[in-house]
Amino acid sequence: MIALIDCNNFYASCERVFNPSLNGRPVVVLSNNDGCVIARSNEAKAVGIAMGIPAFKVEELLKRYNVAVYSANFALYGDMSRRVMSILSGYSPRQEVYSVDECFLDLSGIATLKEYGLQMKEHVGKWTGIPISVGIAPTKALAKIANRIAKRYPSQTGGCYVMDTEEKRIKALKWLPIEDVWGIGRGNAAKLQLAGVFKAIDFAGMSESWVRKNMTITGVNLQKELNGTSCIGFVGGEKSKSFSVTRTFETEYETWDEIRERVVTFTAMAAAKIRKQQSLCSRLVLFLQTNYFKDTEEPLSQSVEVRFPFSTSSTLEIVDFAISGLKRIYTRGMRYKRAGVTLYNFIDEELCQPALFPEMNSNPRHKELMKVLDEINQASPSGGVRLASQDARMFKMHQQHLSRRYTTDIRDILQVKCD
Amino acid sequence: MMRKLFTSAQIEIFKPEFSEVKIPMAGSVAAGPFSNVDDFVSERIDLNKLLIRHPEATFYARVRGNSMLGDFSDGDLLVVDRAEEWSHGRIALCYLEGEFTVKRIHLENGICTLIPSNPSYKPIVITSENTLVVWGIITYSICRHP
Repeated sequence: MIALIDCNNFYASCERVFNPSLNGRPVVVLSNNDGCVIARSNEAKAVGIAMGIPAFKVEELLKRYNVAVYSANFALYGDMSRRVMSILSGYSPRQEVYSVDECFLDLSGIATLKEYGLQMKEHVGKWTGIPISVGIAPTKALAKIANRIAKRYPSQTGGCYVMDTEEKRIKALKWLPIEDVWGIGRGNAAKLQLAGVFKAIDFAGMSESWVRKNMTITGVNLQKELNGTSCIGFVGGEKSKSFSVTRTFETEYETWDEIRERVVTFTAMAAAKIRKQQSLCSRLVLFLQTNYFKDTEEPLSQSVEVRFPFSTSSTLEIVDFAISGLKRIYTRGMRYKRAGVTLYNFIDEELCQPALFPEMNSNPRHKELMKVLDEINQASPSGGVRLASQDARMFKMHQQHLSRRYTTDIRDILQVKCD
Repeated sequence: MMRKLFTSAQIEIFKPEFSEVKIPMAGSVAAGPFSNVDDFVSERIDLNKLLIRHPEATFYARVRGNSMLGDFSDGDLLVVDRAEEWSHGRIALCYLEGEFTVKRIHLENGICTLIPSNPSYKPIVITSENTLVVWGIITYSICRHP
């Protein structure tokens, strides 16, 4: 059996740990630059604050319901996430950290699953103050659904739901709308609804050939998972095979300098990630997208692949390749809303064979330079060293409602009044 | 663990483990009288390991005020362990009436009282009116002596 553990309203819960007066009060967390709502407590959901909505559009709601508003404090959330994941790793020899607030655990061989799940919940809650939900099922996709049930019906499930019979599986699949199935994107959901598929159970019963034709092998695997055959393996322990940094801009960008700055920044972030796992890459894909939500114009997405003549993890070199790609797809006059960079075709640093001619290799001096750069940036995540083509936006970040870095900065720890 | 050098009623002095160990040794030097040095190589005293029993559950807090004078004073750094269970006599980081505070827990005849170590402050009796959250237990305090 496989467990999917998910922290409830993770960012809002982190804020509550260090400010218990927020319990019972609606809480929202805003994205960088205080742009959009990226996390909501249940109370904030209940008063109708939508996920992802720009804060200025709900100003009135925030006031009326006395909502506690926080700027995203990623240093705090990251530390709390590590604590939670570390505790959970003790419950299984195999853990896959799926996102900042979710992980899968392999629970093969555990007999008393419900008790085991409740014990995890109690443990994490006591040690960190973060509430979690536990879903346990024969496959990853079903564990996702079990988790949803645990979260939706906390009083009936106690926060842990075990899908251990065929009846429970069928009941859950009949309950879950197709668009909420793990891995079914917006596009696939629309396609399936046109084909008369509205619940997970309808999809599970479709012919495999239709699924293969319309949704590739990914869809086929997902269908098998929903039918109880595990075929999505555990990722983790192993190195990643690609890294992507993709962001929606806070506003539309038009000029070459603005777009280039974003692309360079994303590339630098991805390059730092590959150095962390000691990989080199030799390809990248870059895409630009215009605004998706404006119905007056069609969204336009352009992408380009760049193949490097050598494998490298140097930010300087990879950024040069990214800019050469950007030159090919950037169109003057377009208003861009989103961009992303993916690095792939990795090899291990120590397995890299230098080519005969020096000009066909990565500059060996960059290796030391990057090491120093990473050390400085690690010590000072909010500032650090950047390329000249990255602007100083990090320093300008607008964070009006930032809570303290309670766990990662000695100047910010809890102050306890003793009088 | 740490080796004791001196013990009295007031103080214990420990020997720092790193004082004599010099590694790595060059092969030729390590021969002869130094050949068994490696047997005594051990890790240095790591205060983190000493002060933190449950890393995932440990947080730090700073004392502000003098109500706990006797146990700790203004500015002291507290090691707070959420994994520890609260019980009579332990010092807890509490959340009471919208504020964090540190007090010693006193349980007697089913009545819970928060006792300040400084006798010039009044104990707080917990009733059904005020909700007490025991946030964590103080396991160590670190005091700077300028």
